[in-house]
Amino acid sequence: MSKIHVTTVVNGDEVEFLADPRETLLDCLRDHLGLTGSKEGCGTGDCGACSVTVDGVLISSCLMLGVEAQGKKIETIEGMANGEELHPLQRKFIEHAALQCGFCTPGILVAAKALLEKNPDPTETEVRYWLAGNLCRCTGYDKIIRAVMDAASEMRGAA
Amino acid sequence: MPKDEIKDFRLVGTRPNRPDGLDKVTGRARYGADITAPGMLWGAVLRSPHAHAKILKIDTSKAEALSGVKAVVTRADFPTGLTGEDWNLQENTMAGEKALYDGHAIAAVAATSSQIAQEAVRLIEVEYEVLPHVTDVDDAIKPDAPVIREGAADATVPEGMPPNVVKYFEFGRGDVDAGFKDADLVMERTYKTEATHQGYIEPHACLGQLGADGKGEMWVCTQGQWYIRQMCSAVLGLNAAQLRVTPSEIGGGFGGKTTIFMEPLSLALSQKAGGRPVKIVMSRSEVLRATGPTASASMDVKIGMTKDGKLTAARAEFRMQGGAFPGAPVDMALYCCLAPYKIDNVEHIGYDVLANRPKCAAYRAPGSPMGAFAVESLIDEMCRKLDLDPMDVRLKNAVREGDQASYGPTFGSIGLAEVLEATAKHPNLSAPLGPNQGRGVASGYWFNHSGETSVSLAISEDGNAQVSVGTPDIGGSRASIALMVAETLGIAYEDVRVNVVETGSLGVNEPTHGSRATFASGKAATVAARAAIKEMCRRAANEWGIDEEAVEWVEGAAQPAGPNAGEFPPMSIKEIAKNMGKTGGPISGHHESVPEGVGASFGCHVVDVEVDPETGHTKILRYLVVQDAGRAIHPSYVEGQYQGGAVQGIGWALNEEYVYGDDGRLQNPIFLDYRMPVASDLPMIDTQIVEVPNPGHPFGVRGVGETGITPPLPAIANAIQGATGVRMSHLPMTPTKVLAALKASQE
Repeated sequence: MSKIHVTTVVNGDEVEFLADPRETLLDCLRDHLGLTGSKEGCGTGDCGACSVTVDGVLISSCLMLGVEAQGKKIETIEGMANGEELHPLQRKFIEHAALQCGFCTPGILVAAKALLEKNPDPTETEVRYWLAGNLCRCTGYDKIIRAVMDAASEMRGAA
Repeated sequence: MPKDEIKDFRLVGTRPNRPDGLDKVTGRARYGADITAPGMLWGAVLRSPHAHAKILKIDTSKAEALSGVKAVVTRADFPTGLTGEDWNLQENTMAGEKALYDGHAIAAVAATSSQIAQEAVRLIEVEYEVLPHVTDVDDAIKPDAPVIREGAADATVPEGMPPNVVKYFEFGRGDVDAGFKDADLVMERTYKTEATHQGYIEPHACLGQLGADGKGEMWVCTQGQWYIRQMCSAVLGLNAAQLRVTPSEIGGGFGGKTTIFMEPLSLALSQKAGGRPVKIVMSRSEVLRATGPTASASMDVKIGMTKDGKLTAARAEFRMQGGAFPGAPVDMALYCCLAPYKIDNVEHIGYDVLANRPKCAAYRAPGSPMGAFAVESLIDEMCRKLDLDPMDVRLKNAVREGDQASYGPTFGSIGLAEVLEATAKHPNLSAPLGPNQGRGVASGYWFNHSGETSVSLAISEDGNAQVSVGTPDIGGSRASIALMVAETLGIAYEDVRVNVVETGSLGVNEPTHGSRATFASGKAATVAARAAIKEMCRRAANEWGIDEEAVEWVEGAAQPAGPNAGEFPPMSIKEIAKNMGKTGGPISGHHESVPEGVGASFGCHVVDVEVDPETGHTKILRYLVVQDAGRAIHPSYVEGQYQGGAVQGIGWALNEEYVYGDDGRLQNPIFLDYRMPVASDLPMIDTQIVEVPNPGHPFGVRGVGETGITPPLPAIANAIQGATGVRMSHLPMTPTKVLAALKASQE
């Protein structure tokens, strides 16, 4: 099957790649652009490990074709920190021990960032429902929820 | 270490940031599928659509003719003549004469792209003769069940047993019939649990390379790189030392990544493709269909209790299927199920039964959750009948140090009574309950494990320490090992780097399993650090011209042991390290053993639920885990193990199960249908760490990973009875099943 040339912006940088039309955006990020921070846990949009934002909208990148990325703005975990300076969510995840194996962590961080941009002061229930599309099998979610709430609180204080 | 000798530690018990934290929050950490290699090919696997079928013919010619396909392998490419577990592993890696379960590998392809490999798999033509199948354990044990494999039974199975029984267990002590006569209440019940999957979010992935000379390398997500090396070598007839296996970061395992599945296929394909590396990444449906879920169980339990709550006798008869191969953890289930209780008269009987399902693997305290579901459910029901407090009954019958365990050995230092006392005092136990709400408690047990361990430690030129361990870090063990080494050497936590290394760097290590990493690698690392300290003291003694026995190690420096040793200022680790090239060369320490002194871990959970009488849905309102850690080296990651184990148990209790259709095929091989707990299903998981130090470990560690998955199954069933009056005896307790039970109870 012949490949299609795609030009898109990922984490602020314009990039190009040749996509097999069957490849997902996740495949293209990982295999063509070397951005392996987004993970494939299921390939069916159920686990959230591949969460990225496309034009500001949180999506599962395993459910979007790579060729659909043409002309879009994509943000992945690799773009979350500002150089050496971690996003407060990243810092709080380390401080609260909110990760064990860490495989779901990139997707959860991307999803949590999207939540806090929409709702800077979420209740515990709101955080739990927002992250219901992100599976974590190690932590039982307790420390993840605490880390998100704490990051939200710090970000509100800093604003 | 006696219980009253708890010392104040400088670092042990603190909560520093984990050393791999930064890599994991930035997406830099490299997992199984995150690596590529020059000249790399992509592998894909053809899997059986049948639960049980004779393989009459495999035609790979169309696949081989597809442009971009570099190799195709079938069982014909594997060596023959294997026996025992080696044969089982080979047969599970690639089907031989028969496909034994839905998802069993039939052939594999390597091609220049993932898409071509998938396409080539579809071009392979297989002719099957479909055979009758059986997937349920109670059906599989029937005398007239379809026979999975003739001659698979071992010497434990008496003559005349049904054909799929491959192992038989029988042990006990005392006189159970006399014990039942002494009881005021004797009850007998049958319970069932369904197979569940570990559900790690990272699918299995490997990148294997093997040349015609038999030298190979592998990058793989695994709990144990030496197990991968040994098993791949056995299955492919390789020389183990010629295969170098490097573990990636691991995206969860819970026991499921302690064995091989498709890993040998990447090596076999690579060799056939002229040594080009081959990457294989499983899809989620392959993970669910064709890796190693738990056994499913059918269990009869009979218990005798006096009216004041003393247990007089117990009999447990368990049947488990662990797929088409021997190895269901029915023995472990029997060992654990009565372990929290001092009972004079016990009898255990177990059957390991073959069925047309994937070969089970370990899952967090393998066997213990099923056994606990049966025993802890029945004890709770009996407490309700006799109007006894379930905490009082547990404490009254609790095993203590010096008691003989239900399965034979005598317990050393254990903390069950301390756990139960802490639980009874916890505020969750007195929180008010509303309508349709109920509270359940249950205990759980796991032995914990040591295993072959090899650790090496080296002092760097600037006086820091690097530690090489062979146990992949699955939940924070690099942090805990760094804490113990820094504590021992008297240096900062940040000045220790713990590396999980490949098989070429150390002697054999068992995987990170059996809750052993912080116990065994931690103990070995501490011994290695002490060896380095001894050498550093010797270097200082030489410098000072005094006896090395006259030098002691205090706060990261050598110093004269007393006034008689001489007057010298302390010589710091940095000073000793700076000069080590001139004072005798590199300074290191190492330790290899099967560390002795494993400490068992007991836990007790308390759960409050609310059952919706209209839908049968069970909501977890409050959850408490109390468990003996021995010593919590990094308490945050101990809590994390408690919380994660509890939530896996909650999933097992309420939602998760392998559903097989009449056709013998798995009906729910995606996460949408294999429904694991999500954040909105749960409250915070409260924890209380009890510390009864293990005298067999330099810091008192027991191992905390596994016990926590055990109590949730019965605790939730007990809470549902409290909320509804209905006793659920078949997991999972889905809304449909609970609603049906509620309706039946009202008729």
